[in-house]
Amino acid sequence: MRSKIAIAALAAAGLAVLSTACSSGNGFGSSSASSTAAAAATPNKSALTLMFGSSGTAETAAVQQAAKAFTKQSGIPVQVIAASNLTQQVAQGFSGGTPPNVFYLDPLTFQSYAKDGVLDAYPSSLPNASGFASALTQAFTYKSSFTCEPKDASTLALYINTTDWQQAGLGAPPANWSQLEADAKKLTTGGRAGLTIDQTHSGIDEFFYQNGGTVTNAAGTKVDLDSAQNVAALTFLKGMLNQGIMKFPSQMGAGFSGQAFGENKAAMDIIGNWENGELESDYPNVKFKVYPLPAGPSGTHATLSFTNCWGVPKQQNNLTGAIDFVKFLTTSQQEMTFSKAFGVIPSLTTAQAQYETTYPQYATFVQELAYAHPDIAIAGATQALSAFDSALQQLASGNPASILGTAQQNLQAVINQGS
Amino acid sequence: MTVLVRRDGPRNPPAAGRIRARRPLFTARGREAAAGWLMSAPVIVLLLVFLVAPIAMAAWVSVSDWNGIGSPFASGVHAVGGQNYKALLTQPGLPQQQLGESLRNNLYYVIIVVPVQTALALGLALIVSRKRLAGRGFFRTAYYFPSMTSSVAVSILFLYIFGTAGVMNAIIGDLGGQGPNWLDDPNGVLHIILSGLGVTTAPGALANHGFLGVSWWDWLAGPSVAMIAIIALAIWTTAGTFMLIFLPAIYAIPSDITEAALMDGANAWQRFRRITLPMLRPALFLVLTLGLIGTWQVFDQIYLMSQGNPAGTTLTPAFLSYLTSFSDQQWGQGAAIAFILFAIIVVLTIAQRLIISERRAGRAS
Repeated sequence: MRSKIAIAALAAAGLAVLSTACSSGNGFGSSSASSTAAAAATPNKSALTLMFGSSGTAETAAVQQAAKAFTKQSGIPVQVIAASNLTQQVAQGFSGGTPPNVFYLDPLTFQSYAKDGVLDAYPSSLPNASGFASALTQAFTYKSSFTCEPKDASTLALYINTTDWQQAGLGAPPANWSQLEADAKKLTTGGRAGLTIDQTHSGIDEFFYQNGGTVTNAAGTKVDLDSAQNVAALTFLKGMLNQGIMKFPSQMGAGFSGQAFGENKAAMDIIGNWENGELESDYPNVKFKVYPLPAGPSGTHATLSFTNCWGVPKQQNNLTGAIDFVKFLTTSQQEMTFSKAFGVIPSLTTAQAQYETTYPQYATFVQELAYAHPDIAIAGATQALSAFDSALQQLASGNPASILGTAQQNLQAVINQGS
Repeated sequence: MTVLVRRDGPRNPPAAGRIRARRPLFTARGREAAAGWLMSAPVIVLLLVFLVAPIAMAAWVSVSDWNGIGSPFASGVHAVGGQNYKALLTQPGLPQQQLGESLRNNLYYVIIVVPVQTALALGLALIVSRKRLAGRGFFRTAYYFPSMTSSVAVSILFLYIFGTAGVMNAIIGDLGGQGPNWLDDPNGVLHIILSGLGVTTAPGALANHGFLGVSWWDWLAGPSVAMIAIIALAIWTTAGTFMLIFLPAIYAIPSDITEAALMDGANAWQRFRRITLPMLRPALFLVLTLGLIGTWQVFDQIYLMSQGNPAGTTLTPAFLSYLTSFSDQQWGQGAAIAFILFAIIVVLTIAQRLIISERRAGRAS
């Protein structure tokens, strides 16, 4: 009998340990409330954590330097964490009740966090809120409230290998789809495709916009993928694939289109400005030029824009400090420092003007922002989008209408489930 | 597991439990029991905190609408009943289809990896245990090496081996063939064989009916070419580990039995089939069980090598659970996938145990 009591006592002790362990996450809310109240009286100097996904040592060093400069100016220490898997580590922070004070946030995950109401809509309290390119602001606007300031900008453009171009005796870059197709045909030789694009929605959706189609409605409540314009755009791409004048990178043994372009397995590539760094470091001998994307049949110009933002959780130990830090990071001067350090394009229009004069050869990317559409971002749609990507990969043998129809259904189901 | 337990040593007679229960605390036996509980308390508490509690929490998350923010036991989290399971098992849609695909991929993975790695491990163990083999220690270490190496390093090595211009394709090229684009090829091996025989489109009966959102034709696709590369990796890394389980079992076979068989004129195959294999049954059971559980839970190679690509043909339930939770923030559904996988593993392990113990009972009578 006694031993049974002992077991019961042990079990109770175990449960007590458990319940304290589990409830510690809840205690966070109240403590942060009191600390924000205290901030009004004396400035909150609690240390900040900045978590980001780094593209390499150059970016890590630049971010660390910026954090140091901020600490010097404000007296608030900043711990910089280069995450190996940012989305996962930030999610772990949120579930444990201690998210990083400031973190890189991509548009897709932004949608989830904004929907959960865990992000602070700080841009309204900062003077530079209206200073960003509109495609970027649009990517981080949830229910008409601009919630997270973009840290950089990227757009897709047409990369042309100038050596191949001259050999083929071509003149002006393609201005529309039919010229693109004709040039691709002329540039195609036995071992080389005329054109390559990435076989994902992020590499293909711009053709929908160029053809007068769209991906979702403005409010993001209705998917609009299976329109006649989109089917026509995908049929155009399928035609180029079947002629062999356009190839997907996987057909050429490349991980992504930029690699195929660097290895000159393709003479033209539609890809974003991250390709510049790739070409500089891995393929320094490739001579290339960057041009705006060709317009659709009706003359519509369009491209996709990509960006990340400075996410700031609402519930944290130093909200004012975190917002001050973002304010420090989103000045023209700081954005140009980042740009020089690791090649990103600034998000502020004032800094973009400086970027254009410093790097005239890459001015195209900035100019294209005028007609850029943010890459599709729906809360919880990662898997639906990767299923779409899988289908796009099989485009050469697939049916454009049914690929778009399936993606339409899957994405609409994600939206319906979330609302 | 009974097979193993019986070999561990003599058990207490069945009456002991009842006698002990009647003893009060102040007798020697009673004090012993209390001290026993006290001594094992740290382990019990650790098990409760790090094993039982997380499982209980995951079970709760799988029937809740937790969004990954704060504690799952906070007031804003509601029970949603079997909704997460329903979306996966009964409602047509992408979640169900992906679960179906991941189960298919994993099933082919298990069907190939478990028998091959077990046979290979047994073969290696038999060779290495030969007394006459020179440099036994060297071979033992060499075969065990892949298991000691970090799975990250091994996975990256295999990325190079199975790259388009990798070692594997260079060898195939030297033999006059043309290697596939291994890790980017989503075509199922059985589909490839069928198309070689002239069957390229699915018969209507197979294409229009299916299970878990995947048509029967796609269930019969076989592992994709990309999955074959991962299967090769899994076999190569784990065969050494299981060789190490077989080795001591082989050494434990009394040599007088083998000698007696020799005297009776049994040849090598007969000795293996009638003596070695039956004597190795407990080790075999352990290796099969561990193999079955491990292969159904495959995660790290997928995470490192393919992330479920190409075209979802290397997606496994464990990786799908991770993706659903962390990428799509559907924590309830992610936890539900984990429990479905748990149920599959439990059912299969019980079935396997029944099959092996039935054979044993059959032999004994």
